[in-house]
Amino acid sequence: MWIRGGLIFDPANNTEVTGDLHIIDGRIAGVYPGGSPEHDGEIIDAAGLWVLPGLIDLHVHLRDPGLEYKEDLSSGGRAAAAGGVTTLACMANTDPVNDNPSVTNYIREKAQRVSPVRILPVGAVTKGQKGKELAEIGLMKEAGIVAISDDGQPIEDSAILRRALEYAATFGLPVISHCQDKNLCASGVMNEGTLSSRLGLPGLPAVSEDVMVSRDVLISLYTGVPIHITHVSTQGGIEIIKQAKAQGVRVTCDVTPHHLLLTEERVRSYDTNAKMYPPLRGEPDRRALIEGLRDSVIDCIATDHAPHARDEKDLDFDLAPFGIIGLQTLLPGIMKIHLEQGIGFMKLLACVTMNPARILGIDGGDLSVGSRADIILVDPRARWCFTEEVIESKSKNSPFIGEEFTGRVVRTLVAGETVFTLR
Amino acid sequence: MSWPYKDLIAIQDLKADEINTILDMTASFKEISRRDIKKVPALRGKTVVLLFYEPSTRTRLSFELAAKRLSADTTALSASGSSFSKGETIMDAAYNVMAMAPDCIVIRYPYAGIPRKMAELLPCSVINAGDGYHEHPTQALLDMYSMKEHFGRIEGLKVAIVGDIMHSRVARSNVYGLRKLGAQVVLVAPKTLLPPGIETWDVEVSTKLDPVLPEADVVMMLRVQRERLHQQFFSGEREYSFFYGLNRARVEKMKPDAVIMHPGPMNRGVEITHDAADSARSIILDQVENGVAIRMTLLYLSLGGSINVD
Repeated sequence: MWIRGGLIFDPANNTEVTGDLHIIDGRIAGVYPGGSPEHDGEIIDAAGLWVLPGLIDLHVHLRDPGLEYKEDLSSGGRAAAAGGVTTLACMANTDPVNDNPSVTNYIREKAQRVSPVRILPVGAVTKGQKGKELAEIGLMKEAGIVAISDDGQPIEDSAILRRALEYAATFGLPVISHCQDKNLCASGVMNEGTLSSRLGLPGLPAVSEDVMVSRDVLISLYTGVPIHITHVSTQGGIEIIKQAKAQGVRVTCDVTPHHLLLTEERVRSYDTNAKMYPPLRGEPDRRALIEGLRDSVIDCIATDHAPHARDEKDLDFDLAPFGIIGLQTLLPGIMKIHLEQGIGFMKLLACVTMNPARILGIDGGDLSVGSRADIILVDPRARWCFTEEVIESKSKNSPFIGEEFTGRVVRTLVAGETVFTLR
Repeated sequence: MSWPYKDLIAIQDLKADEINTILDMTASFKEISRRDIKKVPALRGKTVVLLFYEPSTRTRLSFELAAKRLSADTTALSASGSSFSKGETIMDAAYNVMAMAPDCIVIRYPYAGIPRKMAELLPCSVINAGDGYHEHPTQALLDMYSMKEHFGRIEGLKVAIVGDIMHSRVARSNVYGLRKLGAQVVLVAPKTLLPPGIETWDVEVSTKLDPVLPEADVVMMLRVQRERLHQQFFSGEREYSFFYGLNRARVEKMKPDAVIMHPGPMNRGVEITHDAADSARSIILDQVENGVAIRMTLLYLSLGGSINVD
């Protein structure tokens, strides 16, 4: 199979060339700058399109098992395919929690049957994500988890975090940490500050994130084990990570597209699709995140795709669940950041391909000869509106509904097979 | 001239001259409650539904009497006796009420934002009777009316609001309104009960009550919410009343013509002692009387009455 005439971006090899890409048996057989003189088999015309490695999203909630009314491995997989995400890591806060190899096996086996994209489970750090006893991390690794995280239920006990890091390192698993001091957050529902006081909504102070980022960095430094801080949202958090990296701490981090594109102003209308954890912060925080991307303090962009049913999000702002979907707005979101902030597309692309692959220790995220043919075709000039009708997820909870984007995924290939084509 | 709004959700939404219009119209409505036959036909044929999802005595009774004295029909629903306790969401409840064609819904709700959402989605008038710690606009209007009635003006008054500012919708609505009308405001509380971002509120802030007393024309005491105690905002009632309670000694430090206000319900012996609450300076019961009048004005205006200032 040949993909002909597209502009091929490969952040892993730092190449950006117009040419042809050859696929044999689900793997990349060759990249031909300027085009190949001969072609055989199926030919996909990519003239005017961008050819990219399939995106890798290391922070996704698929709700399966247990909460399939919000999303399942099939609908989540379809949403990923439509968003150009060919590999995703799904978090452990299912029902039951993915804290043992039986649940891991269920997710792996069902995903292989029903999902068009590669779904890699993340195991819980502690049993039931309760922060007390270590889960069966080694056995889950045998069953196929790629990382551990108690995402959403931050580990309060610093001794447990220390042991988790050391134990995870034993099995070569990365640890993904959601930084939130629950006591400082109390019943908060939006960023704490002038606006929360004005709206009469309880606040989630930025310091509740910063103190945990500090703690995690220090424990990582002490144990010498790397840690990945997910969905950083504060200026303070970015500063701490920047300093830690400068001192050689093996810390990496990701940020969500919504924290890069939106601020707490979106809460003014009490729209529950602007309610997520961490909350949308102020403009200075958003600026700090953008600068963090620019100077490579931030390694990845991940969606924190968190589906919730309409009737759950239709509650009062105080009571509605935290979270928004994001798989189908990842690429257009990155394009928006590229166009509005002037950050090079290659750099942003690395944040959703090779960097998450490296952090998770998996293949993919590149277009080297011999690599998986997980490839997406993007129309970089397509102007389109993100509407409820295009959403493949079971849930429609997105603050980007009605948003105009430039750049759209038109075709997604996983291991050389087309799993999504824009109609 | 007609009133431009179908709803009253927040003092933040009103301009100074609109607040003055409401205050100026209220005297004639107050007079109705002092008549032998306390009823005028202004809202005959109109239906006012009171949805109270939080306990309330004063505000609910006040709205109900206000509506009845204008000849509207009223029905009150409270959380415990409604399908809210069966898990129905507030917006479903609102649409169901709407299907019965009320002209006005008065809503009290434990969380911020719902009255605004109802006002946007429902064709009838919506009046906010307090939502979370967002706003309680009719309370602020009756407070401002009471001040104006007593002093003949609002501009230039110095109003001290004392207590749990952080969780108080009454304090917020009063701050917005009083600042619009040119009063000075001093908020007095321990730092744990001052909201984040207060430095942007255009008010003075004091953590001590005593230095504020000789300067204030109005001392408004807020209720201590006992349920906050376990959340460690302060150490206990004894310490709170020692530093922030209004008692006889503190009343004596007040300006000779200053008044004491309280939105109720009072915790006697905590934020205010008997001799302060019942002193000649207290206009707490005037506030209650004026509450009915203010709500008559607002129901009348929201339901299409014309602005009529004599």
